[in-house]
Amino acid sequence: MSGVRVLVGTRKGAFTLESDGKREKWQVNGPHFGGWEIYHLKGSPADPNRLYASQSSGWFGQVIQRSSDGGKTWEPVGNKFIYDGVPGTHQWYDGTPHPWEFKRVWHIEPSLTNPDHVYAGVEDAALFQTTDGGQNWQELPGMRGHGSGATWSPGAGGLGLHTILIDPSNAKRMFIAISAAGAFRTDDGGANWKPINQGLHSEHIPDPTAEVGHCVHRIAMHKSRPDTLYMQKHWDVMRTDNAGESWREVSGNLPTDFGFVVDVHAHEPETIYVVPIKSDSEHFPPDGKLRVYRSRSGGDEWEALTNGLPQQDCYVNVLRDAMAIDSMDSCGVYFGTTGGQVYASKDGGDNWSAIVRDLPAVLSVEVQTLR
Amino acid sequence: MIRVTLPWHLRNLARVDSEVMLAVSGQVTQRTVLDALEEAFPVLRGTIRDHDTSKRRPFLRFFACEEDLSHESPDAPLPEAVVNGKEPFMVVGAIAGG
Repeated sequence: MSGVRVLVGTRKGAFTLESDGKREKWQVNGPHFGGWEIYHLKGSPADPNRLYASQSSGWFGQVIQRSSDGGKTWEPVGNKFIYDGVPGTHQWYDGTPHPWEFKRVWHIEPSLTNPDHVYAGVEDAALFQTTDGGQNWQELPGMRGHGSGATWSPGAGGLGLHTILIDPSNAKRMFIAISAAGAFRTDDGGANWKPINQGLHSEHIPDPTAEVGHCVHRIAMHKSRPDTLYMQKHWDVMRTDNAGESWREVSGNLPTDFGFVVDVHAHEPETIYVVPIKSDSEHFPPDGKLRVYRSRSGGDEWEALTNGLPQQDCYVNVLRDAMAIDSMDSCGVYFGTTGGQVYASKDGGDNWSAIVRDLPAVLSVEVQTLR
Repeated sequence: MIRVTLPWHLRNLARVDSEVMLAVSGQVTQRTVLDALEEAFPVLRGTIRDHDTSKRRPFLRFFACEEDLSHESPDAPLPEAVVNGKEPFMVVGAIAGG
């Protein structure tokens, strides 16, 4: 029996939304860890019952939770994230040096092959990993220490490492992204990293084409084409076809090229999705219409997807980790809003309905396709 | 035995319903009480004191005997009423936020 499990992180807890392969009726489970911010939770591709959740609080700091039964029960594991060596400084908002300080885990990325091996992207930006199922975490210091770290400055939401992509064809290659430093790649399993921001153009930084300093919001990859990446930047939707060596803009006819999410259809590597958001100050959909935009040509040409989505008086945001794609034969697309809705389309975006409408503000959405 | 009360979220995390009773050897101070607490409930490590610096997390306070001890030295002796179990050592979350 196939099915899907949607993992939702919110400002006040975690939820799992479960359905069979028809994706018509949903069971809402939760809240887990009620009252805590759940920036992200994600399942292991190697063992779908193994889930990890980042649980944090301004009062009590960071906790990592692990489930071995698909989210029915959880156990706290290690929460000690200590930067390697002398942490040094990055640049503060006012341009002064500021000590690196751990605040929270933004993103959890389990290994593609080992449920006990997990990467964590944290604020202040750094990459950690565990190889014992979350009990112990070690920094991969080559990321933060590759040379430009002292010049990184936080975006409005903090200096967070929010995107971790593992190349399914080459376990030594990973991509990460940081707000507001940009995108980086390793080709040796995380020991060494290089900025991959050539072609990005950001008017809001002193040198619009600088090697680092770009506010990358999200990067997505299709597993069949790991050298092709799609990026939603603070402004501009971008793509690369050479693993980040150079990027080109594919914003095309979008009503605004600002947004947070970007994702790729499970079976069509040139079909991509974004949710345009009005910025810089407002951060809600243009004209009060919540529209997902789909390109079937890998960018440049976009169509608005509106069936089932509110087309008036809608002023929610869709945050960077809040879209996911299932791999059912008819590809499902999911996203969550700061208004607490989780929308789903089981036909690649043509039609949408809300699985649930009144959760706390949604921070992240992931989906597991269960066979 | 030393009585320790915890905020609701930390009671949930530690899976305890009410006060925690701790045996503390040697001098009873904030540090030795919290060391004993974390030894008994490792899940609380990092949630009351910073892992790296051992400093109290900013939005938590330590109360006992109707006094705010948050800014006392972590190595200062706690009041006798805490030592003999008449009064609890209270870990309190600041009333703030949404």
